[in-house]
Amino acid sequence: MADHAPAILLIAPLFAAILVSLAGIRRPARRRIPAAPSDEPTIGGKPFESSEFPQFKEDKVCFMLTLAALTVSLVAALTMLGQVIEGGAIRYFVGNWSAPLGIGIELRVDHINALVLVMISTVALLAAFYSHHRVEEETSGRTSQYYTMFLLCAMGLMGMTVTGDAFNLYVLLEVAALSGYALVAMGDKRASVAAFNYIIIGTIGASFYLLGVGYLYIKTGSLNMIGIREIIAEQGLAESKTIQVAFILILVGVFIKMAFFPLYAWLPNAYTHAPSTSACLMAPLVTKVSIYIMVRMMLTVFGPSFAFDAIGWGDAVVLLAAIGIIASSLIALAQTELKKMLCFLVVAEVGYMVGGAWLANHHGMVGAIYHILSDGLMTLCMFLGASILLFKTRQTSISGLVDLYRKMPLTMAAFTLGMLSMIGVPPTCGFFSKYFLIRGGIEAGQWLYVVALLFSSLVNAILFFRIIEKAFFGELPAAETGHGHAAQGHHKDEASVIDEAPLSMVAPLAIAAVGLLFIGLNTREIVTVIEQTLNVLALTGGGG
Amino acid sequence: MDSHSLKPILACAASLLAVIPIVAFRRRPNLREASTFIAAVVKFGIVLSMLPVVLAGGTINCTVWEVLPNVSIAFRVDSFGMLFALVASSLWIVTTLYAIGYMRGLKEHSQTRFFAFFAIALSATLGVAFSANLLTMYVFYEILSLSTYPLVTHHQDREARSGGRTYLTYLLGTSVGFALPAMIYCYTRTGGDMAFSGAGALAGQVEPGVAGILLLLLVFGFSKGGLMPFHSWLPGAMVAPTPVSALLHAVAVVKVGVFCIFRVFTGVFGVGFLQEIGVANIISFVAAFTVVVSSLIALSQDSLKRRLAFSTIGQLAYITLGVSLLAPKGVTGSQMHIAMHAFGKITLFFCAGAIFEATGKKYISEMVGLGKRMPLTMAAFTIGAMSVVGLPLAGGLLSKFYLVMGTVEARQFGMTAVYLLSSLLNACYFFPIVFNAFFRKPENPDFKEVKEAHPCCVAALCVTAVCSVLLFFCPDPFFSLASLTTENSFAPIVGD
Repeated sequence: MADHAPAILLIAPLFAAILVSLAGIRRPARRRIPAAPSDEPTIGGKPFESSEFPQFKEDKVCFMLTLAALTVSLVAALTMLGQVIEGGAIRYFVGNWSAPLGIGIELRVDHINALVLVMISTVALLAAFYSHHRVEEETSGRTSQYYTMFLLCAMGLMGMTVTGDAFNLYVLLEVAALSGYALVAMGDKRASVAAFNYIIIGTIGASFYLLGVGYLYIKTGSLNMIGIREIIAEQGLAESKTIQVAFILILVGVFIKMAFFPLYAWLPNAYTHAPSTSACLMAPLVTKVSIYIMVRMMLTVFGPSFAFDAIGWGDAVVLLAAIGIIASSLIALAQTELKKMLCFLVVAEVGYMVGGAWLANHHGMVGAIYHILSDGLMTLCMFLGASILLFKTRQTSISGLVDLYRKMPLTMAAFTLGMLSMIGVPPTCGFFSKYFLIRGGIEAGQWLYVVALLFSSLVNAILFFRIIEKAFFGELPAAETGHGHAAQGHHKDEASVIDEAPLSMVAPLAIAAVGLLFIGLNTREIVTVIEQTLNVLALTGGGG
Repeated sequence: MDSHSLKPILACAASLLAVIPIVAFRRRPNLREASTFIAAVVKFGIVLSMLPVVLAGGTINCTVWEVLPNVSIAFRVDSFGMLFALVASSLWIVTTLYAIGYMRGLKEHSQTRFFAFFAIALSATLGVAFSANLLTMYVFYEILSLSTYPLVTHHQDREARSGGRTYLTYLLGTSVGFALPAMIYCYTRTGGDMAFSGAGALAGQVEPGVAGILLLLLVFGFSKGGLMPFHSWLPGAMVAPTPVSALLHAVAVVKVGVFCIFRVFTGVFGVGFLQEIGVANIISFVAAFTVVVSSLIALSQDSLKRRLAFSTIGQLAYITLGVSLLAPKGVTGSQMHIAMHAFGKITLFFCAGAIFEATGKKYISEMVGLGKRMPLTMAAFTIGAMSVVGLPLAGGLLSKFYLVMGTVEARQFGMTAVYLLSSLLNACYFFPIVFNAFFRKPENPDFKEVKEAHPCCVAALCVTAVCSVLLFFCPDPFFSLASLTTENSFAPIVGD
C-alpha cells in the first residue's frame, strides 16, 4: 500500500470527483426518497445513510467524500515524505511501465516536492473543511458540481507537483486550470468576466508551456524529465538554440500561470470575485505550484548550470522580481477592498520566490522553496480570515472591519498571527523565509532585491496595522475626546456579545495559523530536508 | 564557570504563563491581580536565584531552539543581562501594585487585556535581557514592540490611535528597515552564531567602512533607545495609562533599547574592535546632541508626562553616550545609569500618575501648591528628581559620577561639558515643579478637597523613592554586576 502512495495521492481525489458528480445526478429525482442504490459510496469508514435528512443528504455526501479523499491524499503525502526522508527520492512508474525513454508515466517524489505535496494537501483539506457552510449559498445549490471541480483542481495541482513527465505536466496543468476557471466562474456577478479573462490569459500561458515542451521533444525525443536532462547532458545540447528557446517558452508559460509581474492581470479579479472557498483553495496553491514547476524545470529538467549560465536571464528576472514586489506592494496599498489587497500581496509574494530562485545561490533557492511552503499556508490563513470576516460583517471594504477584536476574538487572533507572518515577525515562518531570501540577496549582491523585500515588509506592516487599528479601535466618536476617560462609548459596548463564525470555518483558520508557527519553529528540519535534494543537484554556492 | 540550566527560560515564561490565569479570572479582579502578583514575585525569585552564580563571574546558558545549524535562539545570563533583569523584574512587582491602584482608582476599561499584555511584555523584556546572540535579541525586541501596542493604545480614542501609529511606525520601521538587514548581513559575513562575547562577534570579520555602516544601522535600528532623530515615538506613547508609561517607557521598553545598543557595542563589535576603527565617535556626537536638545525641549513642555518623556530621551542618550566613549568608567557608568535612572524615573512617573488619579491634572502649570495636599507624593517626586538630576543622597549621583569620569578617561572634555550642562538643565526643568508644589499657595480652589491617591499608588511610589535613596548608600549588586561586565568587555584589550 505504502509503495503506491504516489498513485493513491492522485487517485483518491480523482475517484472521489467521479463519485461526487454521480451524487449530483440524482438531483432531479430527489422528491421521492430513493431506495439506496447499491453503488452508494462508503469512503473512509463513513457509511452512507440515505434514509435520514433527504434534503441535505447529497450536500453532506459531497462534503464528506471531499474531506475523505483529501484526507487520504494528505496521508499519502505524509507517507511519501517519510519514505523520501528515509530512503531518498522515489520513482514510481504508473502501471509498471518502466520504459527508459518516456513511454510510461512516471511520478517522481524527491525531498522538495514531498514537502510541497504535504503543503498542497493540507491547504486543500483545510479549504474543504471551511467550505462546509459556504458552498451551498455561494454556488446557489450546485454543490456536487462545485465539489467535483474542487477535487479535480486539487488533484491537478498535486499531479503537477508529483509528475515526472513534462507532457503529463501540461495535461494536469490543464485539468487544474479548467476546473479552476469553473471554480472562479461560480462566484459573484462579476466572476464570469473575471473567469473569462482568466481563461484567455491562462490558456495563453499553457500554450507557451506546451510549445516549449514540443521543442524539447523535437530535440531530445523524450518527455520524461530525467530522460530530457540526461540527453541534454549526454549530447551537449546546452548550447543548442532549440533547447534555449524551449526553456524560455516554458519559463514565460509558467510566469503567466504564476502571475509574475507584469503578467499578473488575471489574478486580482479572479480571486476577488470567486466564491470564497475557491479563493481559499486557489490563491494559496495555483501560484505556488507554478513556482514549484519553475524550480523543478530549472533544477531537474534543464539543470541549474543551464538555467543560470546558458541564458543570462538571472539579473533581469531578479530585477523584474524586485520591481514587481515594490509595484504590487504599492498597488496593494491603494486598495480599499480587503480581498483585492490580499490578491496584490499574493502577486508581491510571487516576486519574492521568483527572485529568490533566480539569485542563483544556495540561500536564495532554499528561501524560495521554503517560502513556497510558508506562503502557501500564509495565503490560506489570510484568505480564510478575510472570507470569515467578510462573511460575518457582510462588508468587502477594509473600512468596515470595525471593533472585531471584541466580537470575534478567536478569528482575529488567528488572523493577526497570519498578518504578523506576512509582515515577517519572528518566530512565524514569514520571518524565516525573509531571512533566507535576504541572505541570498546579500550574497548575490542583488541590493535592489534586498531593498524590495524590506520595503514590502514595511508596506505589509502598514497595510495590516491599518486593519488591526480598525478592528481594535472600533468606531471612533467624531468629536475630539481629549483623554481616554471621555471614551465612555467602550463601557456601553462592554456588554456586546461575542459573535464568532461557525466552528467549521474558524477551526481551519486556527489550524492554519498554528501551522505558521509550526513551520517557523521547525525551520531547521524543513531546511535540512530541502537541502537533501539541493545538495544532490549541487547548486553553486554550497550548503551553509 | 559556565553552567547550564533552564532557569532563564523559566524566568521568561513565568509572566507568559501568568496570562492564562489572568484571562481565566477575567471576571474576578482580585484573583486576576493576585495571579499577576504571584507571577511577578516568582519571576523576581527566579532571577534572584541566578544572581550568586553570575556575581561569582559565571554565566548560565541554555539553548532553547536551534533554528538553523549555527543560528539559534539561546539564553545566556551574564552580569549585564542580570543587572537589567533585576531592575525590570523587581520593578514589575512595584508597578503591579501601582497599576492595581491606578486602574481601579480610575475605573479603566479592559483591565484584563491590560494585565495580560503587561505580562507578555515583561516576558519579552527578560528575553532580551538574557539573549545570548543577536537573533534572540532581535526576536524578543520585536515581540516587545508588538505586545506593548495594545498597552500604549489602551484608551482606544483618537489620541491613542495616533500615538499608537507613531509608536509602531518608528519602532517597526527602524527595526525592520535598519536592524534586520544589518543583522542578516552579520550572519552572512560570519556564518556563525553571532553570540555576544567580550571580544566581539564581528571583531576582525568585516572591513572598517562596512563595520561603521553596520554600527549605525544597528544603533539606529534599535530605536527604542530614543536616539534622535528616531525619538518621537516616546512622547507619542505617553497617551498610555501611567503604569504603562512608568514601567515600559521609563524602564522596560526604553531600557531594552539602550540595552540592545550596549550589547551591539560590547557584544557584537567588541570595545577593542571599535577602538581600532573609531566610528563610535559618530554615535557619541549624536548622543550628545540628543542629550542637550531633549533637555531643552523638556524645559518647554507643560504636560508633566511629556516633560518626563523628553527627560527620558536625554537620560537614555546619557547611557548611549557613556558606552560610545569606550572608556571603562564610562561603560560602568552606563550600566549603573540603567538601574539608577530606572528607579528615579519610575518614581517620577508614578507621581505624575498619582497626581492625575487624585486631581485629574496633567499640566505642570496646574500643579501649584500640591505639596500640602499630597505630601508623600510630592516628597517622592523630589527624591526622584534629585536622582535624575544627580544630587547627593540619591542613586543617580553615582552613575553620573562614573559617566563623567568616563569622559575624562577618554579625554573627551567636550562630552564632560555636555553631561554637566545637561544636569543643570535637568535641575531647571524639575525643581520649579517641586518649588511650586511646596512653596506656593494653591490658586485652584478645588485643591482643598484633594487627598493622596489610591493607597496602592502611594505605597508603590514610596517604595521606589526609598529604593532610589538606598541605592546611593548601597549600589550593590548593580555596581558589582556593572564592574564585572566592564572587566569582561575590556579584558580582551588588556590581554593583547
